[in-house]
Amino acid sequence: MNIVVCLKQVPGTTQVKIDPQTNTLVRQGIKNIVNPFDTYALEEGARIKERYGGKVTAISMGPPQAEEVLREALSTGADQAILLSDSAFAGSDTLATSYTLARAINKIREYDLVICGRQTIDGDTAQVGPELAEMLEIPFVAYVSQIAEIDNGYMRVQRMVEDGHEVIETPLPAVITVVKEINVPRLPSLRGLAKAKSAVIPTWTAKELGVDKNMVGLSGSATRVIKIFFPQRVYRGEILQGSLENQAESLINKLREAKLI
Amino acid sequence: MGIRIDPDKCTGCGDCIAPCPFGLIEIIDEKAHINEGCNLCGACQEACSYDAILIEAAIETAAISDSHRGIWVFAEAKDGNLKSVDYELLSRGRELADTLKTELCAVCFGHNISEVEQLIAYGADKVYLTDDPALASHQEDLYTGELTRLIQEHKPEIVLAGATSLGRSFIPRVAAILKTGLTADCTELEIDTERRLLLQTRPAFGGNIMATIICQTRRPQMATVRPRVFKKNPLAGRKGQIIKVDFNKEGVTSKTKLLDFVEDLTERVKIEDADIIVSGGRGLDKAENFQLLEELAAVMGAALGSSRPPVDDGWIPYSHQVGQTGKTICPKLYIACGISGAVQHLAGMQTSDTIVAINNDPDAPIFEVATYGIVGDLFEVVPMLTEKLKGR
Amino acid sequence: MEYFLSEQQKTIKSLARRIAEEKILPVRAELDEREEFPWDIMKDFADSDMFRIFIPEQYEGLGGGCLDLCLVVEEISRVCSGVAVSYAASALGSFTIVAYGTEEQKRKYLPDIASGKRLAAFALTEPTAGSDASAIKTTAEKAAGGYVLNGTKQFITSGGEAEIYTVIVLTDKARGARGASAFLVEKDTPGFSFGKKEKKMGIRASSTRELIFRNCLVPEENMLGREGMGFIMTMKILDQSRPGIGAQAVGLAQGALEAAVDYARQRVQFGHPIIALPVVQNVLADMAIQVEAARALTYAVAKTIDSGAKQFTEESAMAKVFASDVAMKVTTDAVQILGGAGYMRDYPVEKMMRDAKITQIYEGTNQVLRGAIASELRKRKARRE
Repeated sequence: MNIVVCLKQVPGTTQVKIDPQTNTLVRQGIKNIVNPFDTYALEEGARIKERYGGKVTAISMGPPQAEEVLREALSTGADQAILLSDSAFAGSDTLATSYTLARAINKIREYDLVICGRQTIDGDTAQVGPELAEMLEIPFVAYVSQIAEIDNGYMRVQRMVEDGHEVIETPLPAVITVVKEINVPRLPSLRGLAKAKSAVIPTWTAKELGVDKNMVGLSGSATRVIKIFFPQRVYRGEILQGSLENQAESLINKLREAKLI
Repeated sequence: MGIRIDPDKCTGCGDCIAPCPFGLIEIIDEKAHINEGCNLCGACQEACSYDAILIEAAIETAAISDSHRGIWVFAEAKDGNLKSVDYELLSRGRELADTLKTELCAVCFGHNISEVEQLIAYGADKVYLTDDPALASHQEDLYTGELTRLIQEHKPEIVLAGATSLGRSFIPRVAAILKTGLTADCTELEIDTERRLLLQTRPAFGGNIMATIICQTRRPQMATVRPRVFKKNPLAGRKGQIIKVDFNKEGVTSKTKLLDFVEDLTERVKIEDADIIVSGGRGLDKAENFQLLEELAAVMGAALGSSRPPVDDGWIPYSHQVGQTGKTICPKLYIACGISGAVQHLAGMQTSDTIVAINNDPDAPIFEVATYGIVGDLFEVVPMLTEKLKGR
Repeated sequence: MEYFLSEQQKTIKSLARRIAEEKILPVRAELDEREEFPWDIMKDFADSDMFRIFIPEQYEGLGGGCLDLCLVVEEISRVCSGVAVSYAASALGSFTIVAYGTEEQKRKYLPDIASGKRLAAFALTEPTAGSDASAIKTTAEKAAGGYVLNGTKQFITSGGEAEIYTVIVLTDKARGARGASAFLVEKDTPGFSFGKKEKKMGIRASSTRELIFRNCLVPEENMLGREGMGFIMTMKILDQSRPGIGAQAVGLAQGALEAAVDYARQRVQFGHPIIALPVVQNVLADMAIQVEAARALTYAVAKTIDSGAKQFTEESAMAKVFASDVAMKVTTDAVQILGGAGYMRDYPVEKMMRDAKITQIYEGTNQVLRGAIASELRKRKARRE
């Protein structure tokens, strides 16, 4: 099984806070991390490889520092890693990103499965997986929570829906996105860390990918951000006063008055 | 192509530093410098009073097709029943369509769907209904093909869909085939009438920032919206057309096969449907303490909810999770116990009618959205409430 | 403090810390409560190549040295000493094979230990033979096909969980100090069984059992080293492993120190955090000094061993004695700093105090080791004259 895993380096957003006085971002040196959902994708790739044999290739589209997540991937299951980086890719929305990733995957040529994390924690759109599948013109299954079996060019999976799960069979190659319920990502191994440290991670630029420059970066993006603002947060309610006993009593009265209970 | 600072115009005032979501701007030698990693979002450009920030982009040459008209709502049905989010989108869609002076259509796939006329009651002028046994279950390949085909045939300018697990899964595929823009999880939709653009606002960075997005030249402009973000609003005396669409089985093939559906039966009261939800967070300290909330919920006839940390720690199943990666809910009453109110959680519940917050940290962000707040130890307050409610 | 660790050592240390904090910390209280052997965590160690550190490269190991092992043991022990001992015991059980095994024996056993597939253990102590190792009574008599073992070993760490045991037995009672030999005995060998699991004061995650040999036939090729070399091999092996116990004690003390400081910073009494009180500051300062001194001594001994020194009995004993005494003192002080809360099982320090005691006892009681150090001093003084 030749598996391609897509990873993205994102800002560690849970550390981003708003200064309530100035309503601006408080930056305590935002650390870059690998998108958490992608670690599940990589782990699943590694497990499939262990079960069925094969190779895991990790790819990431981003600025040069995105190489860090690829190196980390090499220590936790990836056999090789490729960085897709070019100033031409800046400003990509999900459509342009999917196009670029698809060019890279097509350049890799031999692949049976592409695994993506369910969504990124900075974009949160969950769009790259499905759009990528259409760019590659291969089947797609979202929210995979378990890979039951791979046999004879077909894969049977369980995938989460709102009120339960579905069992889906798909021919390969295919693109899947995975949820965190699927596995527990491994910690790196010492040999993996040593390998990652000395590994050469090639960078594929726009030229090497032979992209159509109207399909990448800002030009290739169908959407663009025109405004960024901070949500207005106003205290709209009342903080009850008095002893806790009184507060509890008071709350119940208010809720009864409003006919809520 | 890219971003640069015009050193002649830049005064080093530093107004551009804070708005950058990536923290990439520094003032060096009294001039602004932008470090690697810029994704050209333009927030700094907005903030600059000196027009010193230039974003160069290739001019979009694609002409806007004037032949794209109309707003569509993809109305999802399961087991023959339409979903509440369909009506919510139609209600908002009706307002948008009136602003644009264009028609609103619902598109619906499935088999033997009941009460299709309701789509008209909530605002649709037309309903395109593709009814076929093959479409009875959510066969995403067929849905992708069918919706794409219909869009290509009728050319709507805007397509909206619910950000449900189905919506988030197949709508992006349609957008990719049509090479058009899609914005997920919008919390607000507005119209720029002059440019006939849909202004799509959504939270970014876990909800810390809001971004407004447009799909400038490509059509249709597509957006998904989470359930319970808009309120549904039935309109009296509406008339419309139900147009039956023939499903061309040969034209669309499904590569994937849906073999089975297994329902999750652990949730007795579905939190999405509950009027009252009692919810717990990290402040509960351990799994066993959900017991306290269960008792309160029982007395109130409420469902049990949770923020993300207890679910991650295995104290309560994922089906109870409220928040950005869980469910968006909008009950009449939401009682948050020991929940700090991280933006990801707020994103899932802040539109609830009445919010009660119980937390012993007076600075917890949850108090900002609470209608009533009790600053106190939940281990004292919750049992007190339970006792008092039992008493009467 | 800067200890000039190599890049590789820093990597090992930081990975060990990650495993400790992500995998062990959430379950340490439960492991202690239930006295459960941490199999899941052994698997995490195996997956991260931690067992490979103490196995030579030719046998699928990473060929690390004493300091590398100490760094890992310290990081694990900082979170849970019981888990640290379970890991370190496999190292101890492998030392005899690495130092004295034949090529066949090394090929047969070391790769499995390196991969974490099987755990190793070392068995010397008996009911009649604790500090007085020469008083062992378990015998190995020559028979057809090998040797027949009879006797009981007591208080064996990882007894019942490990699969590869180095057992020290009497092959020739008459020869006294040259009368013992070492054998490799595998679990499930007929005649080899285990006693009940001991209930201990501390390091409860570690399994301690009796090994019972009743006419247990062990093949000839399982003798380790030469006949009669048993006690000498034991002495050398324990010299090698004592810095590891030092590291276990250092880690344990470090964890206790951190818990005490964290608590003192936020516990408010008389209007201030108690860390503002001079009486508390004195205790914390002494704790910190001792932990660092113990660490420095342990690392120095480890580096001495790694440099290829042939004789290090005295140094190795010093590291173990000093660090274990420090651990006992520091963990006790930590409970004191946490006060009433420190006494409660909801807080981690009482467990640390219970865990510390054994470090003063096993692998040579501190009394015996002081005697050994004094003995060396006498010899040196004598030589100089």
